[in-house]
Amino acid sequence: MVITVLFWILGVFALVSGALVFRLDSMARVTFALLASFLFVAGEVLLLGLSYLGVVIVLMMTMEMVIMAVFMVMYMMNPAGLMPMAMLHNTRGAAAIAGGLFVALTTGIFLVDWPQRAGRPPAEPTRALGEALMGPQMLTMMTLGLALFATIVATVVLSTHRGRYERFGDDLCADRPDDPIPGGVGR
Amino acid sequence: MSLELFLVLGAGLLAIGLFGALTQQSVVMLMMGLELMLNGVIVAAAAFWHFLAPATADGQVLIVVVITAMAVEMAMGFAVVTAIFRARDVDMTDMAADLKE
Repeated sequence: MVITVLFWILGVFALVSGALVFRLDSMARVTFALLASFLFVAGEVLLLGLSYLGVVIVLMMTMEMVIMAVFMVMYMMNPAGLMPMAMLHNTRGAAAIAGGLFVALTTGIFLVDWPQRAGRPPAEPTRALGEALMGPQMLTMMTLGLALFATIVATVVLSTHRGRYERFGDDLCADRPDDPIPGGVGR
Repeated sequence: MSLELFLVLGAGLLAIGLFGALTQQSVVMLMMGLELMLNGVIVAAAAFWHFLAPATADGQVLIVVVITAMAVEMAMGFAVVTAIFRARDVDMTDMAADLKE
C-alpha cells in the first residue's frame, strides 16, 4: 500500500518536473527541474529494489545537473529569466509527434501479453550486478570503459581552443609559440 | 504497482523529452530533452528487471549502459557546443542549419 502511494507520488512528480523543464523561464530553475525529475525517477528505481543503481542515479545526476547549470548560464541568452523570449520552433508538429508516440506506446503497453515473471530477485541485487559485470557481462563493461575513454579524448580535442599544433606548427618544431598575445619576459 | 504503470510512466517521460528535443531551439535545452528521454528508458529497464526477469542481472546492466550513455551524451554535447560556439558563434539549432549541406 505504502509502496503504491509512493509510486504514484514519485511518478506524478517526475512527470510534472519533467514538463516544467520546458515551461520555466529561468535556466537555473530549468536545470533544477530536470534534476528533480531524475531524483524522482531514482526514487522509483529504489522502490523496485535496486538500491545501488538508485543511489548512483542520485549522485551522478546531482553532479551532472550542477555542471549543466554552469553551461546553461554560459550558452543561454536568457540565463536568469530576465528577458522572457520564445525559444521554440514547430511546437504543434512536435506536440503531435510526442503525443502520437505516447499514445502508441501506451496502447502497446496495454495490448502486449507480457510474459510471466521468471525467477525471484536475488537477496542482494547489487552483488548480482557486480558479478554479472565482472563475469558474463565483462564485454559490456569493457565496451563502456572504452566508450568513456574515447569520450574523454574527444571532448578535450573538441573543446581545446588552441592546442600545441596551433602554437608550434604542424610538425611542432617552431622555436616560439604563435600566440595572439606573446608571453615571456622579452628574452 | 504493476509493470504497465511503470512503462506508462517511462513512456510519459520519453514523450515529454521528445517534445522538448523537437521544439527547443537552444542546443543545451535540446540536450535536456534527450536526457529526459533516457530517464524514461531507465524507468522502463528497472521495471522490466523487477517484473519480468529479476533472476538475472541483465536489466540492471541495461540501466548501467543507459546511465553511461547519459554521461557520454552530456560530455560530447557540451564539447560540440563549445567547438561550434567558438568557431561560428552559434548556440541555436536553427543557426547551425547550414551544416546539413
